[in-house]
Amino acid sequence: MSESLTVAWLIPAFPLVGFLVLFLGRRQLKEPVSGWIATLMMAGSFVSGVATWLKLMSFDEHQREVVLKGVEWMRAGGFSGRFGLLVDPLSITMVLFVTGVGALIHLYSIGYMHGQERFTRFFTFLNMFAFSMLVLVLAGNYLLVFLGWEGVGLCSYLLISFWFEKPSAARAGKKAFVANRVGDFGFMLAMFLIFSHLGTLDLPSALTGAGHLSAGTATAVALLLYLAAAGKSAQGPLFVWLPDAMEGPTPVSALIHAATMVTAGVYLLVRSHPFLEHAPAAGDVVAWVGALTALVAATIALVNNDIKRVLAYSTISQLGYMFLAVGVGAYVAAIFHMVTHAFFKALMFLGAGSVMHGMEDEQDMRVMGGLKKFMPITATTFIFGWLAIAGIVPFAGFWSKDEILASVWVGGEGVSAHYILWGIGALTAFLTAFYMTRQVRLVFYGEERWHKRLHHDPHESPKIMTTPLVVLAALSLIGGAINLPKEGLKFLAEWLAPALPGIEPLEVHSFGQGFVLSTVAVALGAIGIAWGVAVYRRGLTNGEDPMLARLGGLGRFFDRGWGIDPAVSYFVDRPGRKAAEVLSQSVDQGLIDGAVNGVAAVVAGLGRQVRRAQTGFVRNYALTLLSGATVLLFVFLLRGAV
Amino acid sequence: MKVPGSYYLVVAAAMFCIGAIGLLIRRNALVMFMCVELMLNAVNLTFVTFARMLDDIGGQVFVFFTLVVAAAEVVIGLALIVSIFRRRQGATADDLNVLRG
Repeated sequence: MSESLTVAWLIPAFPLVGFLVLFLGRRQLKEPVSGWIATLMMAGSFVSGVATWLKLMSFDEHQREVVLKGVEWMRAGGFSGRFGLLVDPLSITMVLFVTGVGALIHLYSIGYMHGQERFTRFFTFLNMFAFSMLVLVLAGNYLLVFLGWEGVGLCSYLLISFWFEKPSAARAGKKAFVANRVGDFGFMLAMFLIFSHLGTLDLPSALTGAGHLSAGTATAVALLLYLAAAGKSAQGPLFVWLPDAMEGPTPVSALIHAATMVTAGVYLLVRSHPFLEHAPAAGDVVAWVGALTALVAATIALVNNDIKRVLAYSTISQLGYMFLAVGVGAYVAAIFHMVTHAFFKALMFLGAGSVMHGMEDEQDMRVMGGLKKFMPITATTFIFGWLAIAGIVPFAGFWSKDEILASVWVGGEGVSAHYILWGIGALTAFLTAFYMTRQVRLVFYGEERWHKRLHHDPHESPKIMTTPLVVLAALSLIGGAINLPKEGLKFLAEWLAPALPGIEPLEVHSFGQGFVLSTVAVALGAIGIAWGVAVYRRGLTNGEDPMLARLGGLGRFFDRGWGIDPAVSYFVDRPGRKAAEVLSQSVDQGLIDGAVNGVAAVVAGLGRQVRRAQTGFVRNYALTLLSGATVLLFVFLLRGAV
Repeated sequence: MKVPGSYYLVVAAAMFCIGAIGLLIRRNALVMFMCVELMLNAVNLTFVTFARMLDDIGGQVFVFFTLVVAAAEVVIGLALIVSIFRRRQGATADDLNVLRG
């Protein structure tokens, strides 16, 4: 390797150093020093990421996959795991938005966590999270990916239950952890399967080898990886942990549960796309579960009243979009939407945090209203996020969502009934525009419903919190420019092309078709917004949500989250607990404990017999010794060896 | 007159057997101890004899090692016996069976 990319090591090293400094100095470092250390480390990581990116750009297009071998971690038989990095366009794209958005959220947190007990602890975890996430995206083999994967899961748990005095927060952390374990189990099985068939877990060779697998094995690997992704990225019934994760501090929701960690599943599938390419059935599953998750989560967001939970369901819904794109093979569109989503969703979460900051931690949108007057910056930036997620030209969300929908329309050959999938996606886009309008109307416009709750007027947040908001709002506006649908302007697609070898880009067949599809997408967003404004013109009517009344029983059904959470609880509690009890009694206590105790019993019984020989009489020993020596003597004499 | 080497070997074997039998039948720890010494020196005698017969100095060298080890063993053994005498009436080996399994 003549061209060295040593600078890439600095990317994960910065947050690791930050974590260690904050952890070791936790008694000495106080607010706000620890927050600034953590933020500087993230900024350093971002700068290293940019340096690596520029260096990678200077390479020839076909040499933009650099493996940094690193030291050996473990070796067993033919297996060797290394602490090695894989630097390629895909991982650097992830690094840039993780560190960039991460640094902004770190900065915001200094203001948000002001005056909190355990201030340093918060930033320690935040840096540890960033380190784990960077290991996840930069890792050169599946085992190291898994290490980062588990690391982000742990940090997610620690940060969701950061206010562990609250029982609900502690419970939410546990729930997230357990739901993630289900996915981790899929990840591990996928790794075992890959290793047993390909003999390696190194990403480049495993991905090259994926082409030689039988269709059945590739499908199994792809589905197991998808199970892992579904756990981490809240897909299908496993999404139940994400709304509860809103118990954590709001910057955590923005960083981990909107912008970065939950997109790890999308990254994993895009990274493992050769397996998916060999398993059309798996692609079907990914696309359908993604589309349905997007739709279900959007309907729940329609009627929820918690400012953060609406955003959480919205995140689930948008993640469903990304998986829909992955399922139809539009990997670039998935990554594109992941990046733009990181901008506008982080922006809206931070905006929600800013609202809560100014309203004594109130989260119920029914007691907000008219806040635009008191929080001009928060309101304006939030509106940028709203227009972006609703898919209005020229905001970032329009370009990425449009690309996903267009890909689903034209690229459905591999997926059955893709026009229905497109319909679900379009319907979700419409619902998204509607519920985000509802949120904006309820929070920032209309009647001021907080006079009973607050004894003073809400206030705008300090500069340290509004600055990240402004930056993210700008990114939400122009972020779409990284991949415009015109030849020569598809920067992201061209940049990612070397990392996605053999993937034909999904493109509309003609300018006219693309124009019609885009117009439909914008029209759906615009209708959603218009309808939302019409329904919530006056905010709530007599303290009641007009939409909830109009939806009637359906609204209550949505409000209960389609009964998915209770269903999952019921399933885990009854058959799940029963199965666990049976397994624990018959297999664990019977078979495994039986084997272990059996071996111990045999040894103990043997010992009980043998101890009789130990009489304590010296002369007995002497006799035994002598007889033994005599016997040996005779043996040697008879064999003639002496 | 030259005494044949086999005579020495017979004497050594007899000494060894006396020591071994004494070790097995006597109960007094001190006497058992002396029997062990007898066995050791029987072996020493064998070593020296063979060294002469085979014209190999190695056998005599081995005797030195045995003597040194025996000396160390005597020191520890006598110390044990003395401390046993201090605690008990006699030094009957069969009474000392607290280490039985």
